[in-house]
Amino acid sequence: MIEFLMNGQIEKLDHIDPNLSILEWLRTKMRLTGTKEGCASGDCGACTVITGTPDESGAMSYQAINSCITLMASLHGKELITIEAFQQEPGHPVQSNMVKHHGAQCGFCTPGIVMSLTALHANRKKGGTSNDQILEALSGNLCRCTGYRPIIEASHQAMVEEWQPESGHPAAGIAHKAPASSLTGMHKNSYTLSSPEGCRYDSPVNLDQLRALRREAPASRLVAGGTDLMLEITQQLSTLGHLISVERIPELQGCVLDGSELVIGAATTYQQLRTPLSEHWPAFDAMLERLGSLQIRNRGTLGGNIANASPIGDMPPPLIALGATLVLDGPDGERRLPLDEFFQGYKQTSLQPGEFVHSVRVPVPSANEALYIHKVSKRLDDDISAVLGAFRLTIDKGVVLACRLAFGGMAAVPARALHAEAALTGQPWNEESVQAAITALTSDFSPLSDARASSGYRLQVAGNLLRRTLLASTSLYGEQLMVTDYA
Amino acid sequence: MRKLPLNSPAPAHSARGLAGHSVKHDSAWKHVSGQARYIDDMPTPEGILHAAVGHSEQAHARVISMDLDAVRQYPGVVAVITAKDVPGHLDIGPVFPGDLVLADDTVECIGQPIFAVAATTHEAARKAAKLAKVEYEILEAVVTVTQALNEELFVRPSQTQQRGQPDQALAQAPNRLSGEQFVGGQEHFYLEGQASLAEPTEDRGMFVHTSSQHPSEVQKLVAEVLGLPIHEVHAEVRRMGGGFGGKETQAAPVACIAALLANATNRPVKYRLSRPDDMIQTGKRHDFYNTYDIGFDDNGLILGADLMVAGRCGNSPDLSDAIVDRAMFHADNAYYLDQARVTGHRCKTHTVSNTAFRGFGGPQGMMIIEHAMDDIARHLGQDPLDIRKLNLYRPGRDTTHYDQTIEQHVLPQLLNKLETSSDYRQRRSDITAFNQSSPILKRGLALTPVKFGISFTAKHLNQAGALVNIYTDGSIEVNHGGTEMGQGLYIKIAQVVASAFQVDIERVKVSATRTDKVPNTSPTAASSGSDLNGMAALDACEKIMAGLTEFAASHWSAAQEDVTFTDNQVQINDLTIPWAKFVQTAYMNRVPLSSSGFYATPKIHYDPKTGTGHPFLYYSNCAACSEVVVDTLTGEYRVMRTDILFDAGRSLNPEIDIGQIEGGFVQGMGWLTTEELVYSDAGKLLTTGPATYKIPAVSDCPPDLRVALLENSPNREATVFHSKAVGEPPLMLGISVWSALRDAVSSITDYRFSPALDTPATPERVLTAVTASQAWHNRQKETA
Repeated sequence: MIEFLMNGQIEKLDHIDPNLSILEWLRTKMRLTGTKEGCASGDCGACTVITGTPDESGAMSYQAINSCITLMASLHGKELITIEAFQQEPGHPVQSNMVKHHGAQCGFCTPGIVMSLTALHANRKKGGTSNDQILEALSGNLCRCTGYRPIIEASHQAMVEEWQPESGHPAAGIAHKAPASSLTGMHKNSYTLSSPEGCRYDSPVNLDQLRALRREAPASRLVAGGTDLMLEITQQLSTLGHLISVERIPELQGCVLDGSELVIGAATTYQQLRTPLSEHWPAFDAMLERLGSLQIRNRGTLGGNIANASPIGDMPPPLIALGATLVLDGPDGERRLPLDEFFQGYKQTSLQPGEFVHSVRVPVPSANEALYIHKVSKRLDDDISAVLGAFRLTIDKGVVLACRLAFGGMAAVPARALHAEAALTGQPWNEESVQAAITALTSDFSPLSDARASSGYRLQVAGNLLRRTLLASTSLYGEQLMVTDYA
Repeated sequence: MRKLPLNSPAPAHSARGLAGHSVKHDSAWKHVSGQARYIDDMPTPEGILHAAVGHSEQAHARVISMDLDAVRQYPGVVAVITAKDVPGHLDIGPVFPGDLVLADDTVECIGQPIFAVAATTHEAARKAAKLAKVEYEILEAVVTVTQALNEELFVRPSQTQQRGQPDQALAQAPNRLSGEQFVGGQEHFYLEGQASLAEPTEDRGMFVHTSSQHPSEVQKLVAEVLGLPIHEVHAEVRRMGGGFGGKETQAAPVACIAALLANATNRPVKYRLSRPDDMIQTGKRHDFYNTYDIGFDDNGLILGADLMVAGRCGNSPDLSDAIVDRAMFHADNAYYLDQARVTGHRCKTHTVSNTAFRGFGGPQGMMIIEHAMDDIARHLGQDPLDIRKLNLYRPGRDTTHYDQTIEQHVLPQLLNKLETSSDYRQRRSDITAFNQSSPILKRGLALTPVKFGISFTAKHLNQAGALVNIYTDGSIEVNHGGTEMGQGLYIKIAQVVASAFQVDIERVKVSATRTDKVPNTSPTAASSGSDLNGMAALDACEKIMAGLTEFAASHWSAAQEDVTFTDNQVQINDLTIPWAKFVQTAYMNRVPLSSSGFYATPKIHYDPKTGTGHPFLYYSNCAACSEVVVDTLTGEYRVMRTDILFDAGRSLNPEIDIGQIEGGFVQGMGWLTTEELVYSDAGKLLTTGPATYKIPAVSDCPPDLRVALLENSPNREATVFHSKAVGEPPLMLGISVWSALRDAVSSITDYRFSPALDTPATPERVLTAVTASQAWHNRQKETA
């Protein structure tokens, strides 16, 4: 059984298919059709809903998520808010301003946009909401009609207006974020769901439970956000037999400094790790702003991104460049592995049966070290990288003492450019050395051509990213170096 | 930022929301609260089944065998049908034959439906459809437009429009340039995928809820596949979650399949396509291969032109004849070509049959002349804007290559105004200076015009009907042949009706478009929605008004001239009667309160044999000035500012029109920049969802976007309240972004080299242009 708060009412569901998405449940079981399906792959945002998750104290935090790629099974102990909570006029300031500014044309993407902006409204800080924050909140919502300008304008106005719902409003919770008494304690209990067809979903709440489950069922699939895993259900129409969620295991959450390493729990979402990681390595901040959309970053986790072993995951290259270490846990206890040894081939890892990613240990910077991350994609928002280059350079007195150059999109796995590293190490940090490294890249990689980019483009850009790094590090051109900085 | 003209200063006391006012969309609150119903949101009728199809996995093949046993046996499956089970017509080609609702023995593209399944759940239908075992005998497949062109494989005959002696003019011209370009296609990516719900009626007829721009065609084709007279079938469209041309013909197969399965099972059937199926199975904007050969004098004035446009039509004609026609009609865009020949080819390929998409070939045709404009400017060392302005149609140079005379010369002054308001000259010099000091980032600027012909080029489509009913409480319902896809047509028509009777907009309701209320309608397409249906609605209102006026005059013993309708009242000399009271009195006196209306566009004709005529009632005009910044290391770019000046005539609803303009511009920008359809060599679409096919997202909207409507520019033709069409033209304003990207890249060569930049101009293609420009520049330095 799962129990959750939906639009102000407790829902208790005795039987829920472990493969069922929130969107499918809303639309087909509940016939709540305000939430739309635009793609069923987490790329358009028409299905956006808000979930509230209690923290240890019970206080709620609210996030916009893609309901099409989030399992119903994950809702236990949470709050779900859909557009149906906002059907009384005059509605939320987001709604009244969307109307006033002609922010909807065909209206199909609109409920999702209203949800994203309502979450931003609930989480906005005193002192105003910046244009960047608005764009970030909308980065996962596609609109094909308006060209976005009226939506952006409506957002600005909505963010300066207060919303004071009457008590009893189905979404009153997001206005005050107080603990929901009806949910108290639920997050502490593990649970299991199963279907007559033999599918199963386990949600353990501590490491011991997870280890035991993995030992019993090494073929089970871990749900660590599930933003890619869910596509097997919604796009390939597969049935996933046994799922284990790592979402509610406190030991796998959060970022702590341990000596000279930042330890990030595998189940920490991108959004949760963004600030702590960027404090040490500021280059992550801009990259994480472009990793997926806000909806994806609210669900996707570091461990998921790594263990998914996609050649185009954005976190592995910079972590490889930093020499991060993976902590793996499993039936035979804990072991550590340098991240670049983890990837064995396309979607292949060194995880042993029953093992799982526990955490990632990221060294913090020492003297003269800098990290550069460059993400290149067709579109700025919510696009998978054609090439991602991440370079850690230790430069002293103009000489490259050490470097680690890692790339995504250049090979079947995220990988270091060892020849290019060799060409740079010990050399002066200048155009000639960079040119030598660029030449060496052709020995490191022969990338594929696919729908995102050609092999030739990938190779040319990979080299040019080194050139850009040289220019950036010498600060010659400042804001005249990248279109994302140009204003 | 928007600037709205005061088109019709309202009298001190007037009804609310009349034409000319920026009334909000009639569904605005329903949109923002999730209460607007689309097909998949409708309450499901008892016993509903869900459909899915199995489609061809081969681009061109003979189907040797099809084993559907596993499909039939899948739990929940109720019916499986193939071409053999179609009781009526198999071919549902909208204009010419060639589109089979289900393929028979030969398949001609990947994605062509070959069988259909009805099951108790959507999931079961989709899963079952994957279980078919189909054996193919592979035939040779032609995939690209150039392959088809080389093999002279066409879906319809090629056409030529010619005026004068272009070969002679080219041979004698002091300057001559030629070039070629590939212009990419475009997926509509309406957020609501194709969907239809078919319910059998008591007479074995069919009622179809469809997400279609063309309900009358859905009605006709459903009747044909079922072998029924048309009056046994009705179609209704309340709204679409976006159309953009993608639901003009492409909704009909979906409705037909739902209807066939509903007929086979005698149960209601809903068929909605998943996003990948929608992208694989339905047609898109045609990609084009275009060439130009242009002669010009030393000032850049065009003396002669030989232009060729070749569209990839896919495996059937669909609407391609008219689409390539429109590309030909717009290969001049806004420029007088003098001695000119325009040739158009309709290339047949074994890919999905391409279809209407906002602009309908016009944008692809325009691209070749805009490409040439930039090339001429670089060749002569001139600013491209000067070359564009020099060649604009103007009095004396006002006849197109298809012999239509331009009667309203809006663009010369519109361009001058935009040049001033966008501060073009100052920014041009700032940008040139910036580029000299910035080795990595380069800025580009371009101001491009659009002249777009308004009317269907298929003459018979330029007609419309409407039905206006006044009820005894004074409330008014209007029904018309146009469909609502987000463009605000319903509210505009409501404004027209409210203006006719001078009553508040709240009194007028537009009801869902239905084939039994207004028959034989044209598609809502060609930017014609408000021009055609607005006039038809007005006609219906005027008929009612005539009866009411006559009644009022006789009932209250006044002259008809003394009866006026104003501010929710009827004034008869000194007598003032509130609207509802007046309507009740008319009813009690047995005066008709309902009428149909009709409109047929005047003045238009075209002879395809001679390639001459007057196909358009008028032209829509607009221009955009876009500024971009390009990274020469990666080809990444951003659009920093766009200024648009648009002539909407006397706008029916300025804010709604601006919404169309901004949305159209961004969609056009997406077409030319990030939206890339990638096919494998075997003709398989690789970009089948938003993960790989990238329409503009929020950060792509230019941070500085300034849109203004041209003031004091009523349509000189007798259109509805002298407004002008607004649906398609703004899409072509996206060309300014493409031209600005070329401009930025060209700066590498001090604007002397005009790099090729095929579209979509993805960062990869921009980087290719950068590399070519750098190579050219280095060669010049070496030879110098």
